[in-house]
Amino acid sequence: MRHIISLLMENEAGALSRVAGLFSARGYNIESLTVAPTEEATLSRMTIVTSGSDAVIEQITKQLNKLIDVVSVMDLSEGEHIERELMLVKTRAEGEAREELKRMTDIFRGRILDVSDHTYTIELTGSRTKLDSFLVAIGRELILETVRTGVSGIGRGNRILSL
Amino acid sequence: MEMTGAEITIRCLQEEGVEFVFGYPGGAVLHIYDALFQQDKVKHILVRHEQAAVHAADGYARCSDKAGVVLVTSGPGITNAVTGIATAYMDSIPMVVISGQVPTYAIGEDAFQEVDAVGITRPCVKHNFLVKDVKDIASTIKKAFYLAKSGRPGPVLVDIPKDISNQKCGFVYPDSIAIRAYQPPGRGDSEQIRQAAELLMQARRPMIYAGGGVVLSDSSAELTDLVKLTGFPCTNTLMGLGGYPATDRQFVGMLGMHGTYEANMAMQHCDVLVAIGARFDDRVIGNVEHFAQVPRKIIHIDIDPSSIAKRVKVDVPIVGDLKLVLEELLSVLRKNEKKTGDIADWWKQIEEWREFGGGLRYKNSSEIIKPQFVIETLYNLTGGDAYVTSDVGQHQMWAAQYYKFNHPRRWINSGGLGTMGFGLPAAMGVQLMHPDATVACVTGEGSIQMNIQELSTCLQYRLPIKVLSLNNRYLGMVRQWQQFFHGNRFSESYMDALPDFVKLAEAYGHIGMFIEKPSDVEPAMKEAFSRKNDLVFMDFRTDPAENVYPMVPGGKGLSEVVLSEDL
Repeated sequence: MRHIISLLMENEAGALSRVAGLFSARGYNIESLTVAPTEEATLSRMTIVTSGSDAVIEQITKQLNKLIDVVSVMDLSEGEHIERELMLVKTRAEGEAREELKRMTDIFRGRILDVSDHTYTIELTGSRTKLDSFLVAIGRELILETVRTGVSGIGRGNRILSL
Repeated sequence: MEMTGAEITIRCLQEEGVEFVFGYPGGAVLHIYDALFQQDKVKHILVRHEQAAVHAADGYARCSDKAGVVLVTSGPGITNAVTGIATAYMDSIPMVVISGQVPTYAIGEDAFQEVDAVGITRPCVKHNFLVKDVKDIASTIKKAFYLAKSGRPGPVLVDIPKDISNQKCGFVYPDSIAIRAYQPPGRGDSEQIRQAAELLMQARRPMIYAGGGVVLSDSSAELTDLVKLTGFPCTNTLMGLGGYPATDRQFVGMLGMHGTYEANMAMQHCDVLVAIGARFDDRVIGNVEHFAQVPRKIIHIDIDPSSIAKRVKVDVPIVGDLKLVLEELLSVLRKNEKKTGDIADWWKQIEEWREFGGGLRYKNSSEIIKPQFVIETLYNLTGGDAYVTSDVGQHQMWAAQYYKFNHPRRWINSGGLGTMGFGLPAAMGVQLMHPDATVACVTGEGSIQMNIQELSTCLQYRLPIKVLSLNNRYLGMVRQWQQFFHGNRFSESYMDALPDFVKLAEAYGHIGMFIEKPSDVEPAMKEAFSRKNDLVFMDFRTDPAENVYPMVPGGKGLSEVVLSEDL
């Protein structure tokens, strides 16, 4: 099953490689991984999307907690949460497709950031499935390039990951 | 007063009460060696290969309650040390490794003797540090010792670039250190402990399974109390030997791949299992699915939550310091009105297994030396009181089986990583810790050659280790597996072109003995042990066809054991 694991870790050189190394050394799967500093300068927040049986996810959580640089860990998908991912898509945009792409972008509440004679660059934010759906909707033949940030997530309401 | 980074490093070791540093100098640690030279509190043991420095520090830690300390240079210094570090990591041995690094301005430029020490050791240390500011040296070393020794112990690396060890700053050694993301467990959860006690009292076929955690946490007195209070059978893992007295009737022997029949059968058929500082690894319970076929309640006590429910499902997990958890469990059991259940039938069953398995047995010979006989003689002559280190292979299993360890920290071996070449350098660390004790290194002609150069170190520091080499001219365990599972095709397991070990020992300035008759085993060993101040290398020519029994073949279940056909 797919899980979104959020963690706070020391904002130190090598912390990222400890987490990435743990996943590869123990054969855990990483679907996406994002990391950036938080409002507290000494901390970074990482979101990892992974999948595995309950036993594997339990081990992942325990092994992450064991890392000295990892301050706290939460499995966001255990409760109510929001997940978002940002995607930039460069498409071929010529003739009739220009209008159709504009309409699709509006339907998916995206924005066109850059326009040239032959291309659009579209920004889209949402859950992984929404971004996937958009790509299916516009069709593979128009897509020139995509870049996705990977999932970031946060708990709803009082679910807070802090020190 | 300002001090250099190198002086600060050595002062930190003094503050930590470090007696010995095991190491080997080189370019990137020259400043530190210079600081070492100008003091006499911390003694340096110069090994002949960095791997041996780490094993020696490891042996020193295993037979004491101290952390081992290692000092090596950058590049090949630290890469040579990696096998030793991984060995310590797998067996949770407290250790601080200080490595030199190329100067900060040269890092990343493929400088001479540069290697990413932090990167290369990351998967086999509890934690590691690259010090980038001389002002951080003291607090980093303080953290390193704290991390190495607290919680589940392990090796910690501190990598110090050469320019940092030469810069100056003031010195203050912190009294204590806090790491916000690291809170080692203390007491266990009282409710969980109460539930465990409840289960123990209902058990009809109970089993206590104790591992290396008991030794590491110095909880063997508490374990012994628990076993005595409950009347339950107790088994030890390879790493736990000595955690419970092996000569006691309630001890059913070591379990696992080469464990006793009764230990493995009791493990398989018990209804309540208490795992204490053990981790259900593949050499211990064999096939997980086979193990799970028998329904049983499992109580698992460990300081590391990730050890719990890793390979088997656990009913009552208890995370905490074993000593504190066992104390509390004992007090709950003692207070309880109800007594533990009647387990007479269970003991009857265990005795039948003991009878059927015939205990540990081998057919002795008057023609050829049986390796088990050498270990039995060692046990008898030392009264079970020696520190025994081993290398890895058949001799290791025979030592574990036939030397009855009644005390913890006497059995020093590489259980997790299975590192050949561990035995002799580990024995050096043990002998330095216990200069007057009898230290025996049980090895084979394969393993001993992996660190034989340390015979030179032994001479330099006058370490009177007794080396017992069970020389069967084969990499015995490999040969045994090839016999059992690979159609007797002994691929590369014959040790051809062996040196004359007697002459070799003599060349290193020690005494060598060649023993090939069974009747000479005891007299030779007596002679060797009477030489209190000499290292004696005993080259026993043993039966090359002997196998280690019982054996649970890899991937099989505990009750699918192969017993010896002898007797």
